[in-house]
Amino acid sequence: MTNRLADIQQELMGTFFEEAVEALTQIESGLLALEKCQDDPGRIHELVNDVFRAAHSIKGGAATFGLTQIAEVAHHAETLLDRLRSGSMKPNAQITSLLLSSVDTLRALVQWSSSGDGSDAPATDALCKDLDAAAQQLGAGSERDTAAASKPASEVRKARYQIKFVPKPDMLTTGNDAVRLLRELTLLGDTKVIADTSRLPGLREVELTKCYLGWTIELEGAVTRAQIDEVFSWVDDDAEIKIDELVERSSAAAAQSGERPHDPAARAPEHAGDRDGGGSIRVSVGKLDMLMNMVGELVITQSILGELEGDGPIDVKRLASLRDGLALLARNTRALQESVMSLRSMPIGTVLSRFPRLVHDLSRQLGKQVELKLSGQTTEVDKTVLEKLGDPLTHLVRNSLDHGIEKPEVRRARGKPETGTLSIRAFHRGGDIVVELEDDGGGLDLVKILARAKERGLVGQDDVLSDEQIRELIFAPGFSTAEVVSDVSGRGVGMDVVRRNIKAIGGQIQMSSVQGQGTRTTLRLPLTLAIIDGQLVGVGSYTYVVPLLSILESVEINRARVSQFEGKLPLYRLRDDLVPIVSLGGVLGVTTGRMSLDSGLLVVVETDGERLGLLVDELQAQQQVVVKSLETNYEHVEGLAGATILGDGSIALILDVQGIARLARSAQGSSVVRAA
Amino acid sequence: MANVLTVDDSVSLRKLVANTLASAGHQVAEASNGAEALEVIKTKTFNLIISDINMPVMDGLTFIKHVRVLAAYKFTPILVLTTEMDPAKKKVAKESGATGWLVKPFDPEQLLTTIRKVLG
Repeated sequence: MTNRLADIQQELMGTFFEEAVEALTQIESGLLALEKCQDDPGRIHELVNDVFRAAHSIKGGAATFGLTQIAEVAHHAETLLDRLRSGSMKPNAQITSLLLSSVDTLRALVQWSSSGDGSDAPATDALCKDLDAAAQQLGAGSERDTAAASKPASEVRKARYQIKFVPKPDMLTTGNDAVRLLRELTLLGDTKVIADTSRLPGLREVELTKCYLGWTIELEGAVTRAQIDEVFSWVDDDAEIKIDELVERSSAAAAQSGERPHDPAARAPEHAGDRDGGGSIRVSVGKLDMLMNMVGELVITQSILGELEGDGPIDVKRLASLRDGLALLARNTRALQESVMSLRSMPIGTVLSRFPRLVHDLSRQLGKQVELKLSGQTTEVDKTVLEKLGDPLTHLVRNSLDHGIEKPEVRRARGKPETGTLSIRAFHRGGDIVVELEDDGGGLDLVKILARAKERGLVGQDDVLSDEQIRELIFAPGFSTAEVVSDVSGRGVGMDVVRRNIKAIGGQIQMSSVQGQGTRTTLRLPLTLAIIDGQLVGVGSYTYVVPLLSILESVEINRARVSQFEGKLPLYRLRDDLVPIVSLGGVLGVTTGRMSLDSGLLVVVETDGERLGLLVDELQAQQQVVVKSLETNYEHVEGLAGATILGDGSIALILDVQGIARLARSAQGSSVVRAA
Repeated sequence: MANVLTVDDSVSLRKLVANTLASAGHQVAEASNGAEALEVIKTKTFNLIISDINMPVMDGLTFIKHVRVLAAYKFTPILVLTTEMDPAKKKVAKESGATGWLVKPFDPEQLLTTIRKVLG
């Protein structure tokens, strides 16, 4: 039994960690909102209350789950918050930053507890001291800390008490039952109970809901006065209670201790490690209901189609209902697919919520004034995509604050408001999720970028580049324009890493900028990684899928625009650019009718900032395909991202454009020529 | 066995109460705040209510006040979950109609002991 109870507690530990992280985010945003809010007492009160409540639940939960360090820090923070609350005060900057660092520490503690990796716990002593000192400064407040502190286990000795207990007639209406209280007393020691029936009226006048009896109890045992008080603690206004100690004995006779046998601190979170990385996801009941509903629809469709089963002739009537059934099935399947995908989705706000704090801290550190505007936090994104979105976004935000938005004096000189604005918007567009970051800073300084690129040898000294090509340079590995390498950004990991991360989750990144007015970075992300939009292409007798995201355009090949050089990939002149041509049939070892460059179609794709023309025989349909892993079912094959099953049951391989580029490069024994 | 309603905005604590009681054979319903709980108590009659105090939408004490005036819940034990034990808090809770309290931190065993006492 006890083990099972301990298990129940362990199982819920993970839930508590999730909750704690949410509560911390709430505290953080509450504190930041407090800092910004005007001196509106109502609003301040509300915010302080919210923050207090969140801290309070962390404390209560942590203590219950035996996570003493978390409970401890939360308690100190709560005490300080309580002072603010009782005075309806807005915290000053010093207190806010103290509370914010409590959030950081708590977060680290939650992380530490949930990883359970045996490393040392983050230090908390100094922080607790600071919190106490700050609370002290704010005045005495209520004496709740002492009240909340656990009572010392006082010495317990044998004693004898006489207790007079006369409930008021209405005591039952508070849910307290005299019999229960008497039973509780009998648990403390030996008792002798004498009922006083003098108040009992005649049987006719008795009201069932009233209490007429009184009792005198003699209690003997290793009982403290406090224990008896506790039994009556909830009825002391509803009853006449008199407790007298009858005999005193030597305190040396201390017998069994009355202290509670449970010490939450003793139960270190040794199983906590199990809770982490389990990859669980919280799903709203509404979504599950929707899913259940879809399954219900599917069952109905199945029964419609089921009726067609049997040996009867296929007549027109049956054919019609077969067609209806199939149409229904198609609709159900689509709905089911969407519904399952939404189970994997989480609001992007879970990632965006870290930015108010980041912007707050960074702008202070950089001596800039920045207002962050978030919108579309409820936009849902696949969990896997979301997890990988955090770092690139953080980098972009840092970049914008560090390089984009100017210092107040510069902004003033340029006739802009001193406070810069960074907006992050998330929304659905087509089948994609779009995240846009826009600032009203200085924009990309193309002259500086070009100079830097030349200095770094990324382009030749005399190269002439278009604006777009210059903008592209910031995505080149090892590029950084920060004049001084600050600890904010420009730590060597540049936009190239950001772009690679975004690509890794099937996304695209674009940057546009107007010098002096600002920069806009647009991320396009797939709704899910399991299903992609694909362009079916025919090569010989085979069909391949090219991810639609990587396709820029498709053109019919014109022999006059092809130029060939020995040992290099042939080049195709596409407007002002030269695009290397890769024969898909050649790379994949498929014989096609068109090995020459006289006819065929060129699918122009982009990978790693380079363009590539894939030579194919024909363009077929565009459709969504479900990605089946090759690794799981076979093994990794260079140039292929997976496989899928087409409507006619045949299998089509999905191309990994980046891999194809690598294959082509090695096959030709030379690098794919730059598009420049 | 008893019908118990547990009201808490914290999922972990609410489940801790619910799962513990269920393991002892009780029927347990859950609500995440006072307003939700007021809806739940319409669905059946509970023998015991355990409610947190600090909750969004409707806090525990307001909830208890609403419950206490209902004929079906005049005598039902209602325990409040709290970390504080100061007399002022207790007075307010009692005036709202609470029967007793369950002090946080608690562990499942303590919880069952308290429940046994209250349910008799």
